[in-house]
Amino acid sequence: MTDATATPTPTKSLTTSDAHMKKRNAAEKRFKAYGIAAIGAGLFFLVVLLASILTNGLTAFQQTFIEVPVYLDPAKLDKKGNRDPEEMAKVSTFGYAPLLQDGIFAQVEQKGIETPLAKSKDMKALISASAAAQVRDRVLANPDLVGQTVNVRFLASSRVDGYLKDRVTRESVARDKNIDAEHLDLVDALRAEGMVEKRFNWDFITGADASESRPEQAGIGVSMIGSFFMMLVVLFLALPIGVAASIYLEEFAPQNRFTDLIEVNISNLAAVPSIVFGILGLAVFIQFMHLPQSAPIVGGLVLTLMTLPTIIISTRASLKSVPPSIRDAALGLGASKTQSVFHHVLPLAMPGILTGTIIGLAQALGETAPLLLIGMVGYIATNVPDGIAAGFLDPNSAMPAQIYEWAKRADPAYYERAWGGIIILLLFLFAMNAIAIILRRRFERRW
Amino acid sequence: MPVLWVIAIVLVIAAIGFFLGRAWALKSANGDQRRLHSLKGYYGYNVALKTVVPAFLMMAFWLLIQPFYINSEVSKLIPEAEIAEGSNLGLVLAEVRRTADGIGNAVDAGVMDQKLATDPAADVEVITQKLKDAGQIVTSDVTPSVLVAAQKHRALSNAGRFAMSVAVIALAIAGAVWGLRETNAEFRARNVVEKGIRVLLISAASIAILTTVGIVLSLIFNTLEFFRLYPALDFFTLLEWAPSFSGRGGASSLGILPLLWGTLYISLVALLFAVPIGLFAAIYLSEYAGAKTRATVKPLLEILAGIPTIVYGLFALLTVGPMLLTVFGPDGTGWMGGGRAVMTAGLTMGIMLIPFVSSLSDDIINAVPQSMRDGSYGLGATRSETIKQVILPAALPGIVGAVLLAASRAIGETMIVVLGAGAAARLSLNPFEAMTTVTAKIVSQLTGDSDFASPEALVAFALGMSLFVITLGLNFLALYIVRTYREQYE
Repeated sequence: MTDATATPTPTKSLTTSDAHMKKRNAAEKRFKAYGIAAIGAGLFFLVVLLASILTNGLTAFQQTFIEVPVYLDPAKLDKKGNRDPEEMAKVSTFGYAPLLQDGIFAQVEQKGIETPLAKSKDMKALISASAAAQVRDRVLANPDLVGQTVNVRFLASSRVDGYLKDRVTRESVARDKNIDAEHLDLVDALRAEGMVEKRFNWDFITGADASESRPEQAGIGVSMIGSFFMMLVVLFLALPIGVAASIYLEEFAPQNRFTDLIEVNISNLAAVPSIVFGILGLAVFIQFMHLPQSAPIVGGLVLTLMTLPTIIISTRASLKSVPPSIRDAALGLGASKTQSVFHHVLPLAMPGILTGTIIGLAQALGETAPLLLIGMVGYIATNVPDGIAAGFLDPNSAMPAQIYEWAKRADPAYYERAWGGIIILLLFLFAMNAIAIILRRRFERRW
Repeated sequence: MPVLWVIAIVLVIAAIGFFLGRAWALKSANGDQRRLHSLKGYYGYNVALKTVVPAFLMMAFWLLIQPFYINSEVSKLIPEAEIAEGSNLGLVLAEVRRTADGIGNAVDAGVMDQKLATDPAADVEVITQKLKDAGQIVTSDVTPSVLVAAQKHRALSNAGRFAMSVAVIALAIAGAVWGLRETNAEFRARNVVEKGIRVLLISAASIAILTTVGIVLSLIFNTLEFFRLYPALDFFTLLEWAPSFSGRGGASSLGILPLLWGTLYISLVALLFAVPIGLFAAIYLSEYAGAKTRATVKPLLEILAGIPTIVYGLFALLTVGPMLLTVFGPDGTGWMGGGRAVMTAGLTMGIMLIPFVSSLSDDIINAVPQSMRDGSYGLGATRSETIKQVILPAALPGIVGAVLLAASRAIGETMIVVLGAGAAARLSLNPFEAMTTVTAKIVSQLTGDSDFASPEALVAFALGMSLFVITLGLNFLALYIVRTYREQYE
């Protein structure tokens, strides 16, 4: 038997690969490398995006301040000398600006800093236009300060700020009519004396927007309040409506044309570009219903309609994940259909619903395009709304709209503001998503 | 009375009704809950629902209809001759409304007394001066007839507001009384309440339909208005986009084609960038990567999807644009004139779409059953051969659907193109030139100063209509492809 089947000598071993196999294996390796490269590219872009946000935006939280003793000259601020705030209010910020300039100039002379800028007026380029108003407010609140020399810390102009942040250089100021290289030398000297320094700028987080020429003063606080009121509208409309709609579709709706119509509509609305919702808001809420333009309530209504599909889809998913045995048990114990849903299914689905709602809110918070059309840009949000009704109805901006507004402005100092605004916006989004993830981890139940 | 107060009062009535209803039901059963038809709470809910729902419905209708009534009453007061050349009734009515609001604010601020505010014979100049004193916006268009109309407007809206408060509160009380009167031990309160809840649920679900109807109607009416002022044929065939700001329709050429070209070109660049990266990432994640890699990489990629578009817009404007400019700009190859270009917007949009493509494709690839992979491996195929010859063909309809959905996202994207693509409409093949898109022009036409009745503003609605139709069409096509060509596996 053994010689009947003489083993044929193999031409090649199975363990060594031939040319064809090598080619196939090389193709395999290449293919895998493409995949790794694709993921690497994706992660690379993520890193570049985050890095450019952080490197460009973190500086917005620091601002250059000048701190000098200022002599509040009674001859200029209170000519009659009776310290009556009402009379002193007649002196406008133009009356205060020279005092600040004198204050800096006195320090320059006292410390013996050499500078070709021989006049106190030349200091104007260093000082923010907001500084005089700040000192004026302080004096009007406390008239006894007049005649004294007080230490005042005020904002430096955006060019000086830019110089400390390397945005403005000696080459770039050559063609700048607002500031000269001599000013920058002076700033270096003052900085060495500790009178000019960068510190953390709370006003960027809590403050109001400023006019185009004062980027150093602009803050995102007021538009944050606008966003907050919009989110309130979205939360109180989209959550109940979305949950009610999902309960109907998931638990009660019969299989008929009407239900199909609703389903098709919801899935279409989820795919409609956000700008179209802006057109809807403009045409229906502003032109047709005459609601006030730029008001957070209009923005909230538009964002509600936009977020509804998201909330409905996630709510339906979490209602669906509640096992039918719960419903059957409730019905078996004599509960009505409505009772079984509201007493048993809904509470069990609640973590999922909340998670979906928070994610929907986060989406709405970052949405910009519809807000452009209902007039939330171009409006300079300078006033904190007084009261709740005003918060909903008075014109305001919203965080993303404010960022867009800053990005559009001509002064590059505003770009830094825009990036800084993005950091704050992203912090909110990360916080909301983190809460959603924690909720899901903590309360999610596997059946 | 402010609307918020009316709402609060109705809610208080409802709360009182709830407790009364519950108590009366118990009383009618002589305090023995077992003799009630329903649980005692249902009797309360019955009263509360009957208080709140009709009252709020009436309030909503009243608030919707009152402006129309006032407008028609007020426009009777404005003579034809008053409407200036180049203006229309709508603008004059807006003026009337502004003046009426101004007078109201001035009275609230105490600058104007009630008598002057309601005196139809009052001197226009006096009123104008008072309004200015009160810090209200006053234009030169306030004429005697506008003033009279404004006073009528103010009187009517004050009266209407008062009548509404009275009517709504009366209806709420009537509803509460109705609910309380039916309350007795035999009343089937639970069934009635559950029926009411069912109706509320249905109406909440119908809001989706209402929204679509609202979108379609607001687009259609304004688009028709636009085509009345501007020939539809020109809109669809002109190769030029040059809106004039003189306010006269004849001087502008508003052709959609250059905008559509810009939109499609930018979307194409974005897809050429996003689809290969997204698809390969999805393939690697679902076929090669271990559980640990998958668990870290997937959420990281999805961060890109959660970042708001305004961030990408800024990224395009301030990072991608300058970066491309250093390579392709005047100091580099010289192809690019400015930071805003098709390439800038396209690349940024591509980055945004990577996670969109990859997570959709990932789901689809994962849905291909394991048995098909095993069969392929059993026949001696390598992993990449299995993917290329078995998995991708099986997943192809789904992937095509995902790409179409990504395309519809790209076409509808606004912020990136507004900030990154430029403002000039151009028909060009050079991807380094600035072009503009449908969405960018919707924003610029509706946020400018031109009034809403001019074709230059109304064209935005026609553009919006086109955008709506295109994206909807793409979504339907995606759905159709997925449904029709999907392989069914057991």
